[in-house]
Amino acid sequence: MVDGTMNKMLGRKIGMSQIFDESGVLRPVTLVEVGPCYITQIKTVERDGYNAIQIGFEKRKEKHVTKPMKGHFVSAKLDPLTFLKEMRVEDVSNYEVGRSVALTDIFSEGDTVLVSGTSKGKGFQGVVKRYGFKGGPKSHGQSDRLRAPGSIGQSSYPSRVFKGMKMGGRMGNSRITTKNLKVEKIIPSRNIMMIRGSVPGGKNALVEIRKI
Amino acid sequence: MSSVIQEIEKESLRHEFPDFKSGDTVRVKVKVREGEKERVQAFQGVVIQKKGSGISSTFTVRKISGGYGVERIFPYHSPWIQGVELVRRGKVRRARIYYFRKLRGKAARIKQLRLR
Repeated sequence: MVDGTMNKMLGRKIGMSQIFDESGVLRPVTLVEVGPCYITQIKTVERDGYNAIQIGFEKRKEKHVTKPMKGHFVSAKLDPLTFLKEMRVEDVSNYEVGRSVALTDIFSEGDTVLVSGTSKGKGFQGVVKRYGFKGGPKSHGQSDRLRAPGSIGQSSYPSRVFKGMKMGGRMGNSRITTKNLKVEKIIPSRNIMMIRGSVPGGKNALVEIRKI
Repeated sequence: MSSVIQEIEKESLRHEFPDFKSGDTVRVKVKVREGEKERVQAFQGVVIQKKGSGISSTFTVRKISGGYGVERIFPYHSPWIQGVELVRRGKVRRARIYYFRKLRGKAARIKQLRLR
């Protein structure tokens, strides 16, 4: 149904497990419930200046949807959805608003994918955890330098700390893309995809999966 | 763990070996690949621990080979394992008998568990 130019789907991370691969080696996998997604809007060069399709994921109760969004779903003749994402495509003539897209329409076992999501928030962290600094020495007369950043600049010139200096601060809760992950297994009956390795975010986090 | 994961793992569980525990002597039949050929090799020793749940569970078997202690950790559901034979039941008081590693010779014996 869907041609190669549509390469993105939305899903929810379920958690991690392990499976045995073809050679019998135990591999770590992340389970993601992917789709079904629905095409909610088609954007064209004539109308919007570029070609794109908008997909939605996960049904949402009508009382939780704002009126403007309700109108958007009515025009697509779909039930309200929770998440919407857009992707550029070359040719929009193959797509039709309101059509559902299943996991198996786009992905198959053995594909290489990129997975984007919002990483777990770590709060305010020091430079050791945030940037992998070494910290100071544990001994030789040092008492309070264990996780210190060291010097952050010179004295009379420049007399200031340069912008972008790596220091403590909020860590995590940002959009992270993990690249080149392999799709180990797909279970179409449950809309579940097993991706080798870990993907950004906690359990039940929204993730975006792109095929490359 | 999410129940979905548990259900999916359940489907891929392979083995149902005789119920062995730490302290038991077992013979594990492992497939070995030598170049193109495959054959079955037995690894006999004392189970010193079983850990994990579902597909991730493993067990460790220890034996003395050529005077050196050798331990192998087997994933319980590995397709490389053909079978586990219970050779002898051992009577131990712990679930993980790490102290067994320090014992040599006469001390490294485990009382057989007699079943009434």
